[in-house]
Amino acid sequence: MNKKTTQKIAFLSFRILGIIVIAILFWILGFIIYNGIGVINWNFLTTAPTDGMTAGGIFPAIVGTLCLVAGSMIIAFPLGVMSAIYTQEYAGKGWIVRFIRVMTSNLASIPSIVFGLFGMALFVNKLKFGDSILAGSLTLGLLVLPLVIRTTEEALKAIPNSFRTGSYALGASKLQTIRKVVLPMAMPNIFTGLILSVGRVSGETAPILFTVAAYFLPKLPTSIFDQAMALPYHLYVLATSGTNIDKTLPIAYGTALVLIAIVLIMNLLAAFIRKRLNKKLKSH
Amino acid sequence: MKKIRRFIGRFVEGMLTISGMVTTVTILLIVIFLFKEGAGIFKSPVIEDGYHLYVNAENPVKSISSYDIKQIFDVEIDNWKELNGINEEIMVFRFDDIFNLYAEEEFGENYKLLPQKLAEVIQNNKNIVAYLPKQYAPKNMVGVKEIETKNISFFDFFGGKEWMPTSKPAAQFGVLPLILGTILVSLVAILIALPLGLGVAIYLSELANEKIRHYLKFTIELLAGIPSVVYGFFGLVVLVPIVQRVFHLDVGETAFTGSLLLAIMALPTIITVSEDAMKNTPKALREGSLALGATKWQTIYRVVIPSSISGISAAVVLGIGRAIGETMAVLMVTGNAAIMPPTLFQPVRTIPATIAAELGEAPAGGTHYQALFLLGCILFLITMVISITAELISKKPQNSGL
Repeated sequence: MNKKTTQKIAFLSFRILGIIVIAILFWILGFIIYNGIGVINWNFLTTAPTDGMTAGGIFPAIVGTLCLVAGSMIIAFPLGVMSAIYTQEYAGKGWIVRFIRVMTSNLASIPSIVFGLFGMALFVNKLKFGDSILAGSLTLGLLVLPLVIRTTEEALKAIPNSFRTGSYALGASKLQTIRKVVLPMAMPNIFTGLILSVGRVSGETAPILFTVAAYFLPKLPTSIFDQAMALPYHLYVLATSGTNIDKTLPIAYGTALVLIAIVLIMNLLAAFIRKRLNKKLKSH
Repeated sequence: MKKIRRFIGRFVEGMLTISGMVTTVTILLIVIFLFKEGAGIFKSPVIEDGYHLYVNAENPVKSISSYDIKQIFDVEIDNWKELNGINEEIMVFRFDDIFNLYAEEEFGENYKLLPQKLAEVIQNNKNIVAYLPKQYAPKNMVGVKEIETKNISFFDFFGGKEWMPTSKPAAQFGVLPLILGTILVSLVAILIALPLGLGVAIYLSELANEKIRHYLKFTIELLAGIPSVVYGFFGLVVLVPIVQRVFHLDVGETAFTGSLLLAIMALPTIITVSEDAMKNTPKALREGSLALGATKWQTIYRVVIPSSISGISAAVVLGIGRAIGETMAVLMVTGNAAIMPPTLFQPVRTIPATIAAELGEAPAGGTHYQALFLLGCILFLITMVISITAELISKKPQNSGL
């Protein structure tokens, strides 16, 4: 065969593969949007499940997920940002930083179910928080920590060194430089990390199975020591243990759509902010 | 004033240093708690806590392994000969059976005479094996012998072929079927995902123009962002029926369905990591190849791929890691049968799915609970090894060729 023809065939098949991957995404998204869109209405989003979860809405699950997102971010965001500031701005280039980097990437690779086990052993049983929003938030917070650290590090790395040296030249201390020069500039990018973490946390199921998630709990949580429903666990319950499939399936589609919508909106928002920021940095 | 400011500076630096250690501390805590709970299983007896096995004093058998106990009570082993004992059929006796032999009054006040009656039964039956609570056990009575209760051994756990955590009297914690199930599902997933992912990576790094590249990368990011429970739901309502119909199976929840779903889920990892590696191929290598008259395609598969092979291997390893640890999606589509997987088209159960499915029912601190934590330890170690391997592979100095 002519080598030009071989090339044509090879390239064509790569194009097809690229199209296949896009097709898979649209297949999944399209399938859930198509089946779920009819279920979503104001009532669905603001009422509790009724009739053994064969009717009603998903309001308690939405509230539960919001609580978990807020709780885990309160834990992960400050810790992660501070950790990244340490490795990027303070720690230099020695073995300590290399060690911390390795540990962070190792933490990122630990499966989420292991976090669930750990959260159950430490927060639920050892510290006696019980199945609670507090235990779930702590578990999820540790889970997204590597993501927050990595995005913050990237954001700090993107700030040109001339800004720092300029600040030092004006007599500012290291702390002042970080607070007044580096952080304000890096903030939008750090913020995209926060947004991506929110998307990640709201979809995680395995870590909350044994630390917070309630099978069915129509009343809303009133303190951080309460159990709560959560969207991903609710979807799992609806999909696997529904006794009346005909009636629970539409609700499951609706729940999946809400879950996907949260993740998509978070990703789009992050991409949008990043794009605007890049334009701004270029104009500097 | 200056002093205070310096003090604040020091203080903040200290705080930052401490939070820099937070990931390390987390990993340490995970290790401590997982292994502390998990190791407890080797201190647990093979039969249910609070119970003992008793035989007739003339019976030469001294101890019975966990697996044999289960076989006896399942009537798979029915002769003492099989346990190097006398040639006689085994008579299985459970605590409740005593109430069929004697009337309620005969046990006396507060069941005082119960141990004695139990001893009588054991004395009269040479071929008996009795499974009794310690509370009423005929301890130190003539003609009765207690079977030595061993602890669950390393071999019981890692060499056992049956996972039956609620079987009585001897729960079986053989982890082999779970390990094999996990490996089978993950490897097949990578075999499916690798050609697809590699093709897309080549397209992205070598062929696509900037605009297409941008949108395709964003698509892949979204694919990575979809929660695993949504993948599981999609697999359950779409892939399971398809697999069932295409392969004419009784149930569509098979190892293959899990692999298919995991392949989709591992794609983003494989594509992004290997595309990064290909993009990093030195320009001089490409141009040198083109200058020698090679076509673009020849350059790709003779120069670009070999020079980025370490990155591609890292992508494969990371993809396997992602697949091995995945819980919800696999739990929902593989059918959850804890058996040695005979073929790809039968239900299996993976390690993470087992933990997720059973931890809710296992009483905290019990043997089952500890066994699930030990599974967590195995998972933790596997993913650690994988993550370190990937790091080492991708750190290997790239052959610059210059």
